[in-house]
Amino acid sequence: MSDKPKIAVHKFSSCDGCQLAILNLGEKLIELTEIVDIMHFAEAGPVNPHEKVDVAFVEGSITTPHELDRIQEVRSNSQYVVTIGACATSGGLQALRNFKHVDIKQWTQSVYAKPEFISTLETSTAIAKHIKVDLEIWGCPINSKQIIETIRALCFGVEPVVQKDSLCLECKRQGNACVMVTKQEPCLGPITQSGCGALCPSVGRGCYGCYGPDENPNTKALAKRFSGLGLLPNDIARKLHFINSQAKGYLEIGNELGNKTLKDDAK
Amino acid sequence: MTDININVPILARVEGEGALSIAIKNGEIETLNLSIYEPPRFFEKFLEGRRYDEVLDIVARICGICPVAYQMSAVQALEQIFQCTPNAWVRDMRRAFYCGEWLESHGLHVHMLAAPDFLGYGSAIEMAKDYPDEVKRGLRLHAIGNEILSLFGGRAVHPVGACVGGFYSAPSLKAVSDMLKKIECSMQDAEDLIAWTASLPMVERNQNFPSICIKHAREYPMNEGNIFSDTPALDLPKEHFDKHFKEEHVAHSTALHCLMDGTPYMLGPLSRINNCLYQLPENIQKLIAQTGIQFPSKNTFHSIVARAIEIYYALQEARRIFSDYSLPDESRSEFEVQSGIGYGCTEAPRGMLWHRYEVDEKGFITSSTIIPPTSQNQARIESDLMQSLHDFGLDKDQDAMRLHSEMVVRNYDPCISCSTHFLTLNVEKKP
Repeated sequence: MSDKPKIAVHKFSSCDGCQLAILNLGEKLIELTEIVDIMHFAEAGPVNPHEKVDVAFVEGSITTPHELDRIQEVRSNSQYVVTIGACATSGGLQALRNFKHVDIKQWTQSVYAKPEFISTLETSTAIAKHIKVDLEIWGCPINSKQIIETIRALCFGVEPVVQKDSLCLECKRQGNACVMVTKQEPCLGPITQSGCGALCPSVGRGCYGCYGPDENPNTKALAKRFSGLGLLPNDIARKLHFINSQAKGYLEIGNELGNKTLKDDAK
Repeated sequence: MTDININVPILARVEGEGALSIAIKNGEIETLNLSIYEPPRFFEKFLEGRRYDEVLDIVARICGICPVAYQMSAVQALEQIFQCTPNAWVRDMRRAFYCGEWLESHGLHVHMLAAPDFLGYGSAIEMAKDYPDEVKRGLRLHAIGNEILSLFGGRAVHPVGACVGGFYSAPSLKAVSDMLKKIECSMQDAEDLIAWTASLPMVERNQNFPSICIKHAREYPMNEGNIFSDTPALDLPKEHFDKHFKEEHVAHSTALHCLMDGTPYMLGPLSRINNCLYQLPENIQKLIAQTGIQFPSKNTFHSIVARAIEIYYALQEARRIFSDYSLPDESRSEFEVQSGIGYGCTEAPRGMLWHRYEVDEKGFITSSTIIPPTSQNQARIESDLMQSLHDFGLDKDQDAMRLHSEMVVRNYDPCISCSTHFLTLNVEKKP
């Protein structure tokens, strides 16, 4: 890393929400520009997509032929590539197109009058399916703290720490009553990584897994618990196949219960 | 005369991915395309087969900048289907929640995206070196919007608090009274912001276009109302949207162009103020009069002032709602799942956002249509550019023309992430 590291923020197929984790830094964003040079971040202003940088943050998944080429260039221009958010890290919500029953040509025809104008791949895939990724930050969306911690750690020359313990631990630390025990609400907390602040249980609802699987998810056991709460196999499958449907730990049991298989391109 | 080609392959300071290409030949604009190449994400199709209680978490992901708008239009449609009328507390809190999003989105746009153009900077970060107080003031206003969103939703981006019927839980009295104090401290910032935006070097323009927004009998447009156009005059219930509004698919865009009876139209803060200025509180009307800008205005460069006015309004409205805050008996109203068709139409920060859902008897979505504001504005942006560039002078320096074009585009606060992947041309009607 150089003395004043150069960073870039690249957008692929996404909602822009994880870039907001940077824009929402507020006054800290101005402080951040004192320790790093932001070379490319189109939403904030700087446009230099071909610049060589120390750290490239990548938001979004790969869904078009053009993005296949762009991500290779990002890799060759960057010392470290860090994916931010569910789309970049697992393919995101739009990866629901990756299952075999989805005919993307037919979808394009039903949404667009002239499907020949639309260029899109059959699948939405994580960045790590295409290039080597140095660090993955999960979350839909990620939060500002994760970005600052990562930049700080890289500036100090140490490997950033990613918490992958279960959301239940964070939830307990907050003093929440367990929604599954007290309200029989199905909650993905036991198999989801911490980091969001246990937001859903804090407002009295079950976690829906937007931060992705924790380090050792026992999905089978949780699915059994859910069926004990009266959920049908397809209900459980929809919970697992949601924001992070392609993530290992959610995908397999979701496939089994929802009777789904992936397209070959998504494997 | 030389031929000029202006190409902006990546539009900066807009949300999402767009490009602009203009070709001028023999002193005339030959082609002008605002291309939206944001990849399609097919949300309307993902929704099919999902249950009603999953919809708000899905549609939020259409846009990181205006997730609440998507949640509020969707919830209105679903509640129409389930014949659920939320209690008065829910109605008020949804409005306060939405105020948070207007503050967050407008705060971001005025300071990070638009103002640098007016003052000749490439970004707000550069601008902060010479205008530190103004940028910090903007960041404070933006932050207070995020805090209001977090109060109800746990976080500002993809908040988790809203549900069909109301909210999963009610904020505590202490959280609301703390919020109220912060709002109080920001009122002066917001008041100053109006005067500051009005003092920016302004471009004089006068164009002819329909200003469209929703309109409600008793309140400034936000949560519900009829669809209203000034000229040509139009006032229709949300259910009749597709009688007058039609989408076209053009080659250079993954978003469809939406036209009202064949005419491009403008949505967003300027249109809301043009149509509903009289519904703003008196003190805000006085502040507007002091700016010296005459509203209704058909100068789209006044959009930045309109946004500042709405920042002040959103803050004042949130203060009004929180001043009477009490804990509700229930934070969500009850309903029975039933089949049907429902429509939702609310005012996203950048304009009217229309949804339509069809649900089966078990509460699963069988079809959906979502028409976001940016695809509705897209045709208008192109016709604005045509006129604006002529007025600006086609003989001007190429860089100046490029910058001017970008400013015109940014006046509409295009949110390209949400403008794509939707828009079914023919809404299938079943009896």
